Amino acid sequence: MAAGERGVAVREDLAAEQIALVDLLDRLLAGGVVISGDLVLSVADIDLVRISLHALITSVREGTALETLPTGGEQTWKAP
Amino acid sequence: MASEAGTYLYAVATDLDKPAPTDLTGVSGGAVRVISHSGLVAYVSTVSLDEFGEEPLRTSMEDLDWLSRTARTHHQVVETVAVSAPTAPVRLITVYSGDEQVEDLLRRRREDFSEVLARIAGRWEWGVKVYAEAVGPPSSPETAPGGGEETNPGTAYLKRRQASLRDREKDRRHAVAAADEIHETLSAYAVAARRHRTQDPQLSGRQEWMVLNGAYLIDGDNGEEFTRILDGLRKPGIQAELTGPWVPYSFTVTADAAGGPDGSG
Repeated sequence: MAAGERGVAVREDLAAEQIALVDLLDRLLAGGVVISGDLVLSVADIDLVRISLHALITSVREGTALETLPTGGEQTWKAP
Repeated sequence: MASEAGTYLYAVATDLDKPAPTDLTGVSGGAVRVISHSGLVAYVSTVSLDEFGEEPLRTSMEDLDWLSRTARTHHQVVETVAVSAPTAPVRLITVYSGDEQVEDLLRRRREDFSEVLARIAGRWEWGVKVYAEAVGPPSSPETAPGGGEETNPGTAYLKRRQASLRDREKDRRHAVAAADEIHETLSAYAVAARRHRTQDPQLSGRQEWMVLNGAYLIDGDNGEEFTRILDGLRKPGIQAELTGPWVPYSFTVTADAAGGPDGSG
């Protein structure tokens, strides 16, 4: 099973506590399957990305505004 | 409204008929459960809408501890289930009114999910962040251009400053070109590639200027080779940081007809 080939050692490096929150949010807020309709709530419904990053910023360092949001990004796939 | 419950969805995976992981705790402490349908399995847990309703969330998302805890728990669930089957993570905070709605989702979007899962099966995402080291130091007075001509100290200062800005601009262009080159080379090797927005120095916690925040989908066997290729691209003045392997978050972006903000792919 290909999934197992990732290797235990590497997986430990990725222990949730060790991952930079900002790297995680890049993926959790700009990646993953987006679902709408039928929902009580999805992150797409509210401008939560901006809100969350505002929170990040103020906690990291108070002051300057932020313009970089981890959304969007070009995705390119090779022809199968 | 007070004690209404919702179904929080973490990920959808190929149903390989394996026993559901036990002892897996979801956001706000609920046990992770499994909903199977149409050859797919959805990982969910029950949440209180007192915490995961729209209004409470507006406040919670401002709370870094809450956000961090929730993101890490979500990630932990995704990581755990992805060990045993191809897994498509769902975007952070996707809440349904009940399990029937999730079952309906699996039925309705079976083809979408199957297609995504087929694309990522046996593959992992690697992250590459490239920083340009603090480039373009301001020109020192001794080397400032147009020295003797300028008798007015104000003009001389402005000239020096312009020259310094020109240098910095040149350095930036240089760094951007280097980043593009790295991205191109890595993309050529990868099954798929994606550039995330670069991280603000305040978020990355680094002084250096980030010029590439790339994600690359790599076959399970090729992680080492990918690392070697990246090592070959390192050069002075450029710092490349590798993260992963990740569950392919950046390559499972799809949206149903109603669409998401960037789910057109």
